Amino acid sequence: MEDDAPVIYGLEFQARALTAQTAETDAIRFLVGTQSLKFDNQIHIIDFDDENNIINKNVLLHQAGEIWHIGASPADKAVLTTCYNKTSDSRVVSCAAVWRMPCDWETGSNDSPDDSAHNPQTLELLCHLDDSPHGNAACVLWEPMGDGKRVISLADNHALLWDLHESSTQAKVSSTATLEGKGQLKFTSGKWSPHHNCSQLATANDTAIRGWDLRTMSQIYCIENAHGQLVRDLDFNPNRQYYLSSCGDDCKVKFWDVRNVQEPVKTLEEHSHWVWSVRYNHSHDQLVLTASSDSRLILSNMVSISSEPFGHLVDDEELSEGEDNHQEDKSKEPLKDSVVSTYEEHEDSVYAAEWSSADPWLFASLSYDGRLVINRVPRALKYHILL
Amino acid sequence: MDAEAVVSEDSCPDKKRRVHGMLKLYYGLNEEGKAEEEEEAQSLDPCDINGPHFDPEHFLNKLRRECSLAELMDQETCMVKQIRSLDSDMQTLVYENYNKFISATDTIRKMKNDFKKMEDEMDCLSANMSAITDFSARISGTLQDQHAQITKLSGVHTLLRKLQFLFELPARLNKCLEMQAYAQAVRSHRLARCVLQQYSHLPSFKGIQDDCHAIMDKLALELRQKFRDGGSSAKDLSECVELLLQLDEPAEELCDKFLSHARSRLESDLQGLEAEIRPYPSASAVKDASVRGLSSPASTGSPAASSPKASAIFSPSSNTDILEFIDRGCNEFVSSLCLVITSYQELFVSHAQTGELASKNIPEMANAKLHAFVDDLAARYFSLVERRIQEEKGVGDNSLLVRALDRFHRRLQAVTKLLPGSSVPSKGTEIVIRAATERVKQYLAALQSFYMDSLTDVRQALATPRLSVASASVGGGGGPSGRDGPNSLPELLSSLSASILNQIKSVLASVHLFTAKDITFSNKPYFKGEFCSQGVRESLVVSFIKFICQSSRQFCESSGDKGGSTPPALLLLLSRLCLDYETSTISYILTLTDEQFLVQHHSPVTPVTTLCTEAREAAQKLLNHYVKVQGLIISQMLRKSVETRDWVNTIEPRNVRAVMKRVVEDTTSIDVQVGLLYEEGVRKAHSSDSSKRTFSVYSSSRQQVRYAASYTPSVPMDTNLLSNIHKLFSERIDIFSSVEFNKVSVLTGIIKISLKTFLECVRLRTFGRYGLQQIQVDCHYLQMYLWRFVSDENLVHFLLDEIVGSSAHRCLDPAPMEQSVIEVICERG
Repeated sequence: MEDDAPVIYGLEFQARALTAQTAETDAIRFLVGTQSLKFDNQIHIIDFDDENNIINKNVLLHQAGEIWHIGASPADKAVLTTCYNKTSDSRVVSCAAVWRMPCDWETGSNDSPDDSAHNPQTLELLCHLDDSPHGNAACVLWEPMGDGKRVISLADNHALLWDLHESSTQAKVSSTATLEGKGQLKFTSGKWSPHHNCSQLATANDTAIRGWDLRTMSQIYCIENAHGQLVRDLDFNPNRQYYLSSCGDDCKVKFWDVRNVQEPVKTLEEHSHWVWSVRYNHSHDQLVLTASSDSRLILSNMVSISSEPFGHLVDDEELSEGEDNHQEDKSKEPLKDSVVSTYEEHEDSVYAAEWSSADPWLFASLSYDGRLVINRVPRALKYHILL
Repeated sequence: MDAEAVVSEDSCPDKKRRVHGMLKLYYGLNEEGKAEEEEEAQSLDPCDINGPHFDPEHFLNKLRRECSLAELMDQETCMVKQIRSLDSDMQTLVYENYNKFISATDTIRKMKNDFKKMEDEMDCLSANMSAITDFSARISGTLQDQHAQITKLSGVHTLLRKLQFLFELPARLNKCLEMQAYAQAVRSHRLARCVLQQYSHLPSFKGIQDDCHAIMDKLALELRQKFRDGGSSAKDLSECVELLLQLDEPAEELCDKFLSHARSRLESDLQGLEAEIRPYPSASAVKDASVRGLSSPASTGSPAASSPKASAIFSPSSNTDILEFIDRGCNEFVSSLCLVITSYQELFVSHAQTGELASKNIPEMANAKLHAFVDDLAARYFSLVERRIQEEKGVGDNSLLVRALDRFHRRLQAVTKLLPGSSVPSKGTEIVIRAATERVKQYLAALQSFYMDSLTDVRQALATPRLSVASASVGGGGGPSGRDGPNSLPELLSSLSASILNQIKSVLASVHLFTAKDITFSNKPYFKGEFCSQGVRESLVVSFIKFICQSSRQFCESSGDKGGSTPPALLLLLSRLCLDYETSTISYILTLTDEQFLVQHHSPVTPVTTLCTEAREAAQKLLNHYVKVQGLIISQMLRKSVETRDWVNTIEPRNVRAVMKRVVEDTTSIDVQVGLLYEEGVRKAHSSDSSKRTFSVYSSSRQQVRYAASYTPSVPMDTNLLSNIHKLFSERIDIFSSVEFNKVSVLTGIIKISLKTFLECVRLRTFGRYGLQQIQVDCHYLQMYLWRFVSDENLVHFLLDEIVGSSAHRCLDPAPMEQSVIEVICERG
């Protein structure tokens, strides 16, 4: 059972921002935002043809500035948000905006795949998430599984909940939350929880992780010193509402049960440098992807804290609902938490990794030197999980 | 028979002699066999005139040949003389024989006459005898009647005497009762008992019997009373019991009574013992006293405050030491228990076995009761002893406890001898074993707390380095000046490891008392085998070593998240300590233990190698953690310096930033610190001008390869080829990787972490022209100083190249500074 070789794609610019096109469920498609101070920045739309192992790409211009964060609307394929740095003479400002891809980008690229670099189309600005009074935007989060009408932007020490109107051409702040404390506090990252009717948000600032209730915009929990150093990223377990993973500069990946924030449920220490990104697989939450500046991508199989632990009694409901669990009872020996695979295709720090929204067994990772690598979950494991 | 045949052939003259000889031979039997043989040899000589093989011819020839005439003549006369005497002898003998024959004939004739006379007299005698018989028959016939009467009379007489005894019995018993001659009374009653029983249907006898019963009941009552009073001596008591037994009192009841009686006495002993433990407050008072004892020198200023309490402490005399306690237990309880057992056995077991009571299974019953009794009391005694032993918490003087246990155990042996089947001694041994294992546990806890205390001491010493250094330098006459600070590290290490070792040794010595030769329980199989291997070796020594490793590891885990509450120097010191343990100390300690306790391992024990591996792992972990913590401290400085600056609007660099100098300083001091405990380690050969190496923003070949791609269209590349090309040019650097046990490796690790942080921070910023130039200056400065610490200077070069390259990329206006200018700035410092 040989696994397919990874597929590598090179961007000509450095890049940090990567996302799967969330609303697209048929094609395997990723969006990458570049970082260049000298040239016009681009958004690469990367289509992966799973059958032929071929990458098709389209480039859209993002002239506003270098992209630090990118987010795709869960409802509209063509809508996305970016956080970008605008440099005027002696100032660097971070902004956030909602964009629409031109509707014909796909057809255009199909006609002339070769010359797409020559005359790339430009993104169409829908609206600025103008939060200049609140500081520099760090990231923009779409409401998970929502209708594409609500986003949250994190700017310095504020979390702003925006309502998008008029097919996203107008944005209005509906409520805000402010992080208060000593010193200059700054959100570094955040995640909108898909559970509890999308009423919760988790944010990271310095070494702490905080949970917020979006209805009251108040803090509901706080994990002080979640990591020894800066917390870089968070992700919610898509199937277990209280489970949260985090990663940071102490080279660790931690799994938390937010009902008990004293101790992490589990800690992984596989990376040899800061971990920049952690992602649960959308359907099989035992699969966790982590990207680190040690240039490695690690796929871990966290069976013990997944929603499908071995030995879990499958009751009738579950039996009827999915063949995934169907034969789990009679399956072989229990899997232990383990590193499934370490991917070393990158030469530089890997700052982002994402699962595909269309194929749960496929993921992309992006390193600073602009290399995008598409990998698959090893077949042996895939069949083990499925059968 | 041959000889006789020979004799018969012989000539006359020697016949008699021969016959004589034959008789002699016949009667002399075999003891003269030898002489006979000689004789025979002699007699074979044909010249021997007396021999059986005498040959006259031969003899004559011989004589004629050998002798002179005179001699022949002499011979002849001699021979004639002999023949003559022989002839006369023969005649005399014949005459004598004839005379004797005549007299025998006379005697026979006389006997014939005498017998005839005797026959007549015998006839007469038989006639007389028959006459006598007749008379006798007649007499007895006449006396018959009278004889019967006399017999009857004598029968009546004895019966009357018996009756008289019976009638007198009640009075007699009463009298005995009055005189307290219980034994006699019982004897009398026993004699009469069956008769009275038999004839009890007769009213008169019935009366007597009732009287007797009443009296005997009274007597029994009195006896029982006496028995119950208990004040009587053991001899009296036993007499009582004996009599009661004879009175058919139920033996079981008596046993019970006897035992309950003994129990009350023994229980008072036990209560006495319990009273000594009972005052629980005394334990706290002792503690209080010890605390006071420690603090009293300090608090001499306030004696008034402590005096009322002090009097309260010393008034209860209850806090006797354990030896006294056990002594008392032995002397009072155990010895009286032994006494009870002896007398009981004498009364009920051995005594009953001889008497008719044996048939009633009394010995068995009595024995069972005794066992139950002893077990019950012993259990209470043991629980008391155990409680007392548990109070022995202090680990100071083990000998007292061991001696107490020894005495305890020794005295129980007496019970073994008295009661062979009893479980008491084995239970006692169990208590001793429990106490010993408990002790071992306490020692382990003491060792652990000692270890933690000494770590706290070390921590304090590290926290106030100036003081200790000052004293050290004063004592040492001023050692190397300047960098005195960490100088105390090796001293701390050696004193720490020495004090731990000493502590282990003293604990081993204390525990060793349990197996001393003069201790009775030391030859129990437990103390020979399991105690040594499982108790001492495994649960004391091995556990302690494991504890050291464990606690060391905890330093890494707990402090990692909370921002390094453990001072890095302590981590370094502990790491070295664990490494020392791995190389020598563990095997030394275990060998010492094995030798002292002559451990024979019946069960599998932890091998030295396992412990060594564990220690090494701990050392590795600590050192890694040290690297991490130190790297983090420097990283933090770098990170703050990058994050807080506005790199776009910075001014043209004139100096190296202070942070970089601080980084170099810190690295140098870490280098010194590590150098105190670890060896140098190997490094790759330096190029001749390591510090002079120039590097420009775009010079790195690697960067060129990478960023040259900027101008080529991005197309899906042949994946494997590209990655392979990249891999050819660079080796992956693991930033937080394991380090080796030497200085260079440690420093390399720290520098790697710091520079990588620097790189990542730079990538998150945007630079103006001068920002880039400042980074150039800083990197060059680092380059100048950091290469000497690392094993492979290329590593530093590579990382610094990356930093400068990245910042150039993040620069809005990349105009690098002239190399010569950079050098000038850096030279200036």
